[in-house]
Amino acid sequence: MLTPTEWTIVALSLRVSIVAVLVTLPIAYGLAWVIARRRFPGRMLLDALVHLPLVLPPVVTGWLLLILLGRNGVLGSWLYETFGITLVFNWTGAAVAAGVMALPLMVRAMRLSIEAVDRRLVGAARTLGASPLHAFLTVTLPLSLPGIAAGAMLGFARSLGEFGATITFAANIAGETRTLPLAIYTGLQLPGSEGAVARLALIAIVLSLGALMVSEWLVRRSQGTRAHVL
Amino acid sequence: MFFDVDITMLVDDHAFTLQFVSDARLTALVGPSGVGKTSTLNAIAGLLRPRSGRIVVAGDVLFDSAADVDLPPEKRSAGYVFQDARLFPHKTVAANLAYGERLSAHSGSLISRDEVVRLLEIEHLLHRLPATLSGGEARRVAIGRALLSSPRFLLLDEPLSSLDESRAETLLVLIERLRDEIDLPMLLVSHSSAEVERLAGRVVTMTAHGPPGKP
Repeated sequence: MLTPTEWTIVALSLRVSIVAVLVTLPIAYGLAWVIARRRFPGRMLLDALVHLPLVLPPVVTGWLLLILLGRNGVLGSWLYETFGITLVFNWTGAAVAAGVMALPLMVRAMRLSIEAVDRRLVGAARTLGASPLHAFLTVTLPLSLPGIAAGAMLGFARSLGEFGATITFAANIAGETRTLPLAIYTGLQLPGSEGAVARLALIAIVLSLGALMVSEWLVRRSQGTRAHVL
Repeated sequence: MFFDVDITMLVDDHAFTLQFVSDARLTALVGPSGVGKTSTLNAIAGLLRPRSGRIVVAGDVLFDSAADVDLPPEKRSAGYVFQDARLFPHKTVAANLAYGERLSAHSGSLISRDEVVRLLEIEHLLHRLPATLSGGEARRVAIGRALLSSPRFLLLDEPLSSLDESRAETLLVLIERLRDEIDLPMLLVSHSSAEVERLAGRVVTMTAHGPPGKP
């Protein structure tokens, strides 16, 4: 059905998106919880920073990542010298770019569902003997599960479609950072590859629809038929 | 002395002072709406912090601003029955009942789960989710959940409000039995004078202005 080249592209895209979502998920949930539940000076600034990748041109986000995490970047040089890790120009860099771009959408979805959890239920748990952590794990976390599923789905879809930050930060290297959107873009540059582009576009549609349906199913299974992701 | 409360609170720009001591098994807290009855229960349970003062229940100092004592709610062992039941919506009735029971495994339990289920007549509800319960059923489960957390005292916030007469009577009898059979200090907030007269050994009246009067 798919050619070996297409398989490489799809497998790479899935790996990049899944890793991006899995790594970003706990960070996004932590940020969402802090923004939803805590009042502290600088909360507005934190909220704005989290949303930055949503409003900046993706190329600018990619450029900022280069400055920060590139081999000579502030964090990048430290990562390389300490752990020998290089993020630019390989698939982990593509995952970082995708994760950063997905972060605001994931935080938004999770924050809404955390805010929807009645804080008085947490108070009730506390009077029954639950520590703050236990109350969080048994009340807030399970009740915000639909937001986690929604955030993961949105983040996955966003990662799958990530283009600007990825090509800027991780470049467009076949088999390494050439995900579906980059492959489609590359195909469009080559005369006579309309058929290949159409096939890749179809794959993108199928994957995105699949992600949406899987997360709907997950939410329905955990919450009964009343809950919806979107 | 079961309850020894002397607090000043500020709730939504409304400041009030409340001082009372009671050694009755069931103390009723009465007064007009908005005077701070529920806030007082919240302060005793540790969910709201008084501006200053002291709260001692059954010999335990729960809050004392002068001595810098402010126990977190989970250390106060309050059995708090909220007016809105506040059952966990994602847990079955059985899991709601077990919630506090599991967390209080240390102390010898006051009452067994079987007894609670029998006393409150909630056997048939155990596998249901809170959303499917009527108001009276949810109230009974909330009382059971509080009792099973091995509380050292009970806080009841209008446990009979918005229940029809027969349901209210059933719960009233139940509270009387709890008062007489289990040795637990109780603080009851109520609007119904008939209810207070029947249950309470001591009535504390909160007024919008000035210190509370005595019955």
